[in-house]
Amino acid sequence: MEQANDPIVRFDGVQKSYDGETLVVKKLDLDIARGEFLTMLGPSGSGKTTCLMMLAGFEPATHGEIYLNGQPINRVPPHKRGIGMVFQNYALFPHMTVAENLAFPLEVRGMDRATIEQKVNRALDMVRLPEFGGRRPAQLSGGQQQRVAVARALVFEPDLVLMDEPLGALDKNLREEMQYEIKHIHERLGVSVVYVTHDQSEALTMSNRVAVFDDGVIQQLAAPDVLYEQPRNAFVAYFIGENNRLYGRVEAIDGDHCTVRLDDEGASVRALRVNVEGVGSRTTLSLRPERVQILGGEQAADNVMSGRVEELIYLGDHVRTRMTVAGNDAFIVKIPNAHGHAVLRVGDTVKLGWAADDCRALDPPTGEREPV
Amino acid sequence: MATIAPATEGLTTADGVSLKVSLARANARSRRRALLLVLPLLAFLTVTFVLPILDMLYRGIENSVVPETFTRTTAVIGQWDPDTAELPPESIYEAMVGDLKEAYASKSLGSAARRLNYDLPGVSSLFRKSGRRANRIEEGPYKDALLKIDKAWGEPAIWRLLHRESGAYTASYFLAAVDMRYDEQGDVAPQPEYRQIYLRLFGRTLMLSVVITVLCLLLGYPVAYLLATLPLRTSNLLMVMVLLPFWTSLLVRTTSWIALLQTQGVINDLLVLVGIVSDDGRLQMMHNQVGTIVAMTHILLPFMILPLYSVMKTIPPSYMRAARSLGANPLTAFVRVYLPNTVAGIGAGSILVFILAIGYYITPALVGGQSGTLISNFIADHISTTLNWGLAAALGVLLLGIVLALYFLYDKIVGIDNMKLG
Repeated sequence: MEQANDPIVRFDGVQKSYDGETLVVKKLDLDIARGEFLTMLGPSGSGKTTCLMMLAGFEPATHGEIYLNGQPINRVPPHKRGIGMVFQNYALFPHMTVAENLAFPLEVRGMDRATIEQKVNRALDMVRLPEFGGRRPAQLSGGQQQRVAVARALVFEPDLVLMDEPLGALDKNLREEMQYEIKHIHERLGVSVVYVTHDQSEALTMSNRVAVFDDGVIQQLAAPDVLYEQPRNAFVAYFIGENNRLYGRVEAIDGDHCTVRLDDEGASVRALRVNVEGVGSRTTLSLRPERVQILGGEQAADNVMSGRVEELIYLGDHVRTRMTVAGNDAFIVKIPNAHGHAVLRVGDTVKLGWAADDCRALDPPTGEREPV
Repeated sequence: MATIAPATEGLTTADGVSLKVSLARANARSRRRALLLVLPLLAFLTVTFVLPILDMLYRGIENSVVPETFTRTTAVIGQWDPDTAELPPESIYEAMVGDLKEAYASKSLGSAARRLNYDLPGVSSLFRKSGRRANRIEEGPYKDALLKIDKAWGEPAIWRLLHRESGAYTASYFLAAVDMRYDEQGDVAPQPEYRQIYLRLFGRTLMLSVVITVLCLLLGYPVAYLLATLPLRTSNLLMVMVLLPFWTSLLVRTTSWIALLQTQGVINDLLVLVGIVSDDGRLQMMHNQVGTIVAMTHILLPFMILPLYSVMKTIPPSYMRAARSLGANPLTAFVRVYLPNTVAGIGAGSILVFILAIGYYITPALVGGQSGTLISNFIADHISTTLNWGLAAALGVLLLGIVLALYFLYDKIVGIDNMKLG
């Protein structure tokens, strides 16, 4: 029955409502592959945590079915699902020592003492805390508690581990360190991980695939690089990485490209046609700051526009420049701090250029989706 | 501080003053201010709480009325050996006659006689009678004169009593409080069976308090759990219902229990109406232990619920979820994870209810009847009816001692710093 390329988890038309009036999860169809690290990314209230809670068994699905290893699990209580889980605030039991915390899932499974001790020690070694078994959770730092929580979710060797914003309470440096550590544990053990976060850099660092949630729907499900390079709609482009937006109306379509006349100055821009309904429809142009160049005298590009420098922020490896371009005064250009880079002053007007393929024509701006 | 002292010994502030001295100076000011803030309360508590308790401790052993009334006798009675079968010498009888005359004239004989009567019942009338007639005794031999007034003066027991109680302090109140007494020979011995009441009363008080505490815990725990886990709007309503009895007078609550529980009361009427009991088989639910337990459990329930609630409120729901996700069924998760985390609340609530129950007065007095009264009712009785304040004080001190002992025990087992009152 179980096959290596069967998905470990399948959401089949799952819907969830708490109050019977609004749907928190609108219609979820999602396969999670065996051994995959899948991240559910989205702003708060987008339904990602609800999906995780339904998978863990703490919230019933209002409609649809969730399959684990091919078996429907809607009626299986959480303690029989055999899914490991790491909680937002670790949820280590404060009245037990670290070793007792780790032994807990093994004890309730009725394992014998020797096996438990062996597995607990191995788990402590795995998270590099071999001497901490006798301590109480309160005596550990945040990062150490986090590692114990991860070890506890893995110690009973589940096929699937869920993580609900596990690094939210840590400071920045520790968070990055823990990201790598969790990633490496995942690679070493080959378990499947479903990870929930609202931090996009976390999602990009760790995942095989990222599901971007908004408004109870998966907006895009793709590998991190695809998500960044080829966002399918304006929300994904806005939520993943930095992104300059220009608004306009589609004037002409030729093959993969289209010509867009901008609202403000009436200049026309060549863009990659991604999510455009047809000639005459409104569109959002999305452009990554690092793909915009400051053009010297004879340099040419698919699109050339002029911009006025409003603000310069020195960030070491690059200078972040805020400009006004086509009426948008929050247009960001990253100027790398390399030899011979352009030296700008506030108030300068410069020529900017970018390739048509880097400029993606996406769905109309929010609020304009339905014609008023 | 102490551990790092050696390292900082040589440190000084910029102006050369030792670091420790200037730190102490800087802190002294805020300490003075803190003291000033609590001073009014401290004074109030001293006057209304500490001093009365010390006074009560003192009254339990105080015996000045005897040496003050029988000045002459107590001064010379030491010459007589109470272990002999002989009566005291003439000089002691003479001193007694002098004391009787003076005490009768100054009207202080009555209270001394009542005091001695606690130890040797019947002796009060002997003193009163002798005091009335002592004035007629002009000269010796005083022994014969007293024997003529009452033959009891020829019994060594009276003289042994006077010999024993001639000091300014006495142990007899405390002995009486634990159902002991001095026998004819002056040795400590248990009271006769029919006079043993206090130990049994202490036992009953402890037993009923334990039962009430356990009932409060069993009834209060689920309510506190609901309060802590329900959505805010529902739990607020529930909280009002928990607190509502608090805002009603204690007397009103107790009397409404009387209306409910009495033989012709609401519950019995209902049971008869439904046909569960017959009209002449109405249940006796009041003026016995059932009444005390029911009414006191109801009255003390909030004191259990509130500390439990405040502890449960701090337990994140993720603990239970974590336990479930790790493979524990709901019962195991509750017993191994939730319950241990509420121990602080259980301890605080239990000790609060228990200590309140052990000294409860009004409710057992109204609904307790014969078998449902507690030690506090007897203490009140001795203070207001029999006027035996010494015994009341001794009983009170014992009660205080029991509470302190249990508190100490609790500290040993659970730890006071584990207690959380809110």
